[in-house]
Amino acid sequence: MSVSIRRIRAIVRKELREYRRTPSIVVAMGIIPLIFLVQPLVVVFGLPASSSGQLAHAHVLLYLLGIPALTPVLIAAYAVVGERRQDTLEPVLATPVLREEFLLGKALAALVPSAAVAYTVYALCIVFVALFADPAVASALLRWPQILAQVLFTPLIAAWSIWVGMAISAKAGDIRVAQQLGMLAGIPMIALTSLTALDVIHPTLGRALGLAAVLLLLDALGWRIVSAAFDRERLITGTR
Amino acid sequence: MDYEDHGTRSPALSVHGLSKRFGDRVAFEDISFEVGIGEVFGFLGPNGAGKTTTVRTLGTLIAPTSGSAVVAGIPLTPENAARIRRRISIMPESPGLYLRLSVAENLECFADLYQVSNPRERMEGALKAVNLADRAQDVCASLSKGMRQRVALARALLGDPQILFLDEPTAGLDPVAARDVHELIDRLRRRGVTVFLTTHRLEEAERLCDHVAILNTTLRTIGRPDELRDRLFAKTLAVTTRAPLPDPGRVFAGLPAVERWHPDGGCAYRLTVTDPAVAAPAATRALVAAGADVLSISPSNHSLEDVYLRLVGADAPAGAGEEAGER
Repeated sequence: MSVSIRRIRAIVRKELREYRRTPSIVVAMGIIPLIFLVQPLVVVFGLPASSSGQLAHAHVLLYLLGIPALTPVLIAAYAVVGERRQDTLEPVLATPVLREEFLLGKALAALVPSAAVAYTVYALCIVFVALFADPAVASALLRWPQILAQVLFTPLIAAWSIWVGMAISAKAGDIRVAQQLGMLAGIPMIALTSLTALDVIHPTLGRALGLAAVLLLLDALGWRIVSAAFDRERLITGTR
Repeated sequence: MDYEDHGTRSPALSVHGLSKRFGDRVAFEDISFEVGIGEVFGFLGPNGAGKTTTVRTLGTLIAPTSGSAVVAGIPLTPENAARIRRRISIMPESPGLYLRLSVAENLECFADLYQVSNPRERMEGALKAVNLADRAQDVCASLSKGMRQRVALARALLGDPQILFLDEPTAGLDPVAARDVHELIDRLRRRGVTVFLTTHRLEEAERLCDHVAILNTTLRTIGRPDELRDRLFAKTLAVTTRAPLPDPGRVFAGLPAVERWHPDGGCAYRLTVTDPAVAAPAATRALVAAGADVLSISPSNHSLEDVYLRLVGADAPAGAGEEAGER
């Protein structure tokens, strides 16, 4: 049996409806990006025009790549264990849905809102900097390579976070534990983006391409790990 | 109905020596049975007997440890799992609805998972079948337990299954709702849908099922409810007269189809017979000829519950299925 777009779409639509109506997810999806938005803006708005020269080597806005590293984990960590705890997993797995369809549907449903939030917050950040920061500071900060990096790395980082979250979710027996472990697992990626934003890791085109390749590899690896961790029998009976 | 490879006369479900172990714990062992197309098959047993694990195994949710089965004409193998799931539906004991979604949204999701054509019509038909057509827009969290159970039943009907596995479908329902479910099962049977029903309600099994199997890790018995009664309990006639018979041996001895008799206290007598339809009129004539005033002559009325208790009552409950999520 081949993978069905209709079944994947059914999972995605169901997930998005559930997320919209789950207050804890809506609040978390709102608060985390706001925290990431406020910190760089406070720094940027406090910078005088004279600092624009130093900003040529700063990458403050790359700090916002922490959003796609962290927000999808919350959703993905809920994806499988949440269904188990609600007793909804068995009816779904008893349908003709394939493991690949189920996991892809879940992953896409986590990716779409996470990427949308990350891009929206980044767009807001650019608008605020352009409108309210000192013009010299704004022109020093808003550089095309950084904007491009943000656009390209957001889905790559989000996808990795989703696979990590879902792998944890497929193994965990409790929703909170899964989400806490997911947040912990997101820390290395946040450390990487923060160190880059602070220029401790100096971003170059070569490093960016290398990191993109590594992330692509990790995303492919994550898919395999989650597929392997997804054992219908164990998920339904809690044994094996 | 499209029963592949075996023609329309092959059974809907054929199970041979199927076993499932979780480590060293046995959920069920060496069970074999067949279920005909359009039959309602009752699967009875105490908690932890392996009923739910059997349903999950036949529904391809878990793999058997050994043995074989053919489900809806398709051999039960990991490669065939998705194809089998297209032809069956499972309604677990817990309804497992998405409580934040409406009834229609729940059904819409499953209609797409089963890839049904004209989903809207199918959803309306399924809701009508469970008498919930006017609750489609209700959020599932707002429904009573009985209504949730009926939504789960509607969901199981969406895929137009050849075999419908119902795990305790009337658990927690009030008598009226339970009767509605019974009527629905009757209608499904008339449409040729095979129903595999696990239940604790023995009167439900007796009323609905063409055949029943009693499981307690191993299959204890299988047959039609009346066959099981006949197999386990001798047929008897209970005779009551107004006054004690002066010489009951002379009245009952030598009557056709009467094997033996014994007094049952006061003016009551119990006759062990081979055929109540022959023995009852003969006994009546003999009693009248002896001048006795007959108050009643009735055949023994053993229920499926008697059969169940005889077979399972003395067993220690099995545990493997329960530990593996068996309800």
